[in-house]
Amino acid sequence: MNALTQQAVAGGMRDDAHGADVLLEVRDLRQYFAVRNAWGRRTGWVRALDDVSFAVRPGETLGIVGESGCGKSTLAKTLMGIHPPMGGEMLFEGRDVSRLSARERRAFAPRLQYVYQDPGASLDPRWKIRRSLHEPLVIHTGLDRAAREERVQRILQAVGLPRTHLDLYPHELSGGQQRRVGLARILTLQPTMVILDEPTSGLDVSVQATVLKLFASLQREFALTYMFISHDLSVVRMMCDRMGVMYLGRIVEIGDTRRVFEQPRHPYTRSLLAAIPQIGGARVTDSFALEGEPPDPQDLPSGCRFRTRCPLAVERCARVDPALREVDGRLIACEVVGT
Amino acid sequence: MSEAVRELPGGETLLAVQDLRVSFATEQGQARVLDGVNFDIGRGEVVGLVGESGCGKTTLARAILGVLPANAASIDAGSILFRGEPLLTLPVEYVADTIRGRRITFIPQDPFASFNPLFRVASQIDELMKWKSPRAEAGRRHGLWSLFARYPRARRAADRASVVDLLRKVQIPQPESAIAKLPHEFSGGQRQRLMIAMSLLPDPDLIIADEPTTALDVTIQAQILKLLRALVKERGISVLFTTHDMGTAHEICDRITVMYAGQEMETAPTAEFFARPAHPYTAKLLESLPRPGHEIQEIGGEIPALIDAPGGCRFHPRCDRASEVCARERPPARAVGHAHTVRCHHPLVALES
Repeated sequence: MNALTQQAVAGGMRDDAHGADVLLEVRDLRQYFAVRNAWGRRTGWVRALDDVSFAVRPGETLGIVGESGCGKSTLAKTLMGIHPPMGGEMLFEGRDVSRLSARERRAFAPRLQYVYQDPGASLDPRWKIRRSLHEPLVIHTGLDRAAREERVQRILQAVGLPRTHLDLYPHELSGGQQRRVGLARILTLQPTMVILDEPTSGLDVSVQATVLKLFASLQREFALTYMFISHDLSVVRMMCDRMGVMYLGRIVEIGDTRRVFEQPRHPYTRSLLAAIPQIGGARVTDSFALEGEPPDPQDLPSGCRFRTRCPLAVERCARVDPALREVDGRLIACEVVGT
Repeated sequence: MSEAVRELPGGETLLAVQDLRVSFATEQGQARVLDGVNFDIGRGEVVGLVGESGCGKTTLARAILGVLPANAASIDAGSILFRGEPLLTLPVEYVADTIRGRRITFIPQDPFASFNPLFRVASQIDELMKWKSPRAEAGRRHGLWSLFARYPRARRAADRASVVDLLRKVQIPQPESAIAKLPHEFSGGQRQRLMIAMSLLPDPDLIIADEPTTALDVTIQAQILKLLRALVKERGISVLFTTHDMGTAHEICDRITVMYAGQEMETAPTAEFFARPAHPYTAKLLESLPRPGHEIQEIGGEIPALIDAPGGCRFHPRCDRASEVCARERPPARAVGHAHTVRCHHPLVALES
């Protein structure tokens, strides 16, 4: 590991990556969005991310799961610098990247890349694949044409496309091939970490299987670190080493994927896992008990945000906003469980 | 849970689709989207129609509802028997009047797109009940004349009472005041509950649910599936449930039919479907699901274009059990177990004699 990471380790950690190397560390990240009325006056806040802290180790896949509106996409966009955070720090390779100038960000951008739901849709329809793949290298590196072409061809082979496809337009490729080109475009910059934002939603299972296998092989080949954002828990179970569960802007449980799946401790995680259909078993809906829907994010309950739906809620939950603490080898934010 | 059974004409089978062939005119030629589909639904049965996108499940659902786009789609052969009546040859007005929206109702995939955002939910439900309430007599006026039709006050009051009653059953809080809201004031899950209520209000025999939980989160999906299954079983209503999600199909269906590229491949009771798949396509599809302690397998190749689809069994170019006969003729449906039929020349489990 390089010197920057050493600094981060020396700086001490308050998260769950016990003493290991850390690639990305997020501390108390906060992102509020103002809600305004018709006259432009602020009437409230949506607390999309509220003091979120976690760490990503090099080479691992960290899953972030949660239902719509829990803040998982805001987290990804904040990490990418699409909106600057309102508070907190993001240490990438030991450097705070939360408040970079445009110039500094450009130097850092190739290291951390973002994959959209459909990476193929971000290709310019009027450009040949070759031009689309060269573009990031033109912007971010000083390589000459021959060196760029050599790298592009190497990456294209890694994502499983023939060299002849470089001279085609996006509409001449199938959806799956466009997706591969979109991934190749990101990999040409040789990132260390890739954020995958809902990469399999809307795909058929057989296509999904192909895409997941591709992600796994690229991770091995390029030593990538993934942050895998998804609402599909069975995919997360298969792909991720560790997972964080989010609920209304907070991480409520984070730990080893296997451990969390085998024995979820936070009541929300339990409900979430209980809702996944288990093929071959009894109907889970026969025993599913979680009532109600998430509250309005503009008007969160006091104390623990899950208490209005929680089967274990006690009077204390309305007063205390639980912080993450260690229970059974993972971190949970609950005042009741494990005390 | 007690399961109601309805007395209906047409015997045990509520709906029978026989050798249905539907093609769409495209610029490249005729796309044969349904290629001889056989399919049936019993009384009070929840049947899942699963398959990947483009396999024809939505086209089949639309053909049953009689809402295929008239300018593009043509029904080339086959029949649909509903309660013993041939839906495809009945007069269009009769189907529109007494069957669609009354005996067969529909739950859409996207509840937001199905409400008019400018009108209150109450007025949209009233519009439905004016024509399709079980108390409304058949023989509606058509065309412009329908604008002058009255909604009798006594029936309106009775209908309103049953609407509120049903909204309470689908767990809409304070239904009397809730229906005065606009559609955007409900969450996605609430809107789907409203849609379920609207599909139940005409007291149908069959509900066609087209991927009704795809747009919802898992916990909301579990709530909705539980609710829908309880409500239809209590009333003895049959459901045709189309989905591409095997987990959802496992949760709600009594029986599952899998389709591939416009052909039905296999039909089996839910437990048997997952435990003992007989068609190579079904087996491959199940292997491509992410499951704990299990390496996922891809299905090699891609879904064929339906304009120039492979002959015989349409899966044969991707199948590792395929032989020369598979390209020539489409296998007949053969039994491999109780209520378990497969259309394959080389099934994975032994045929029943």
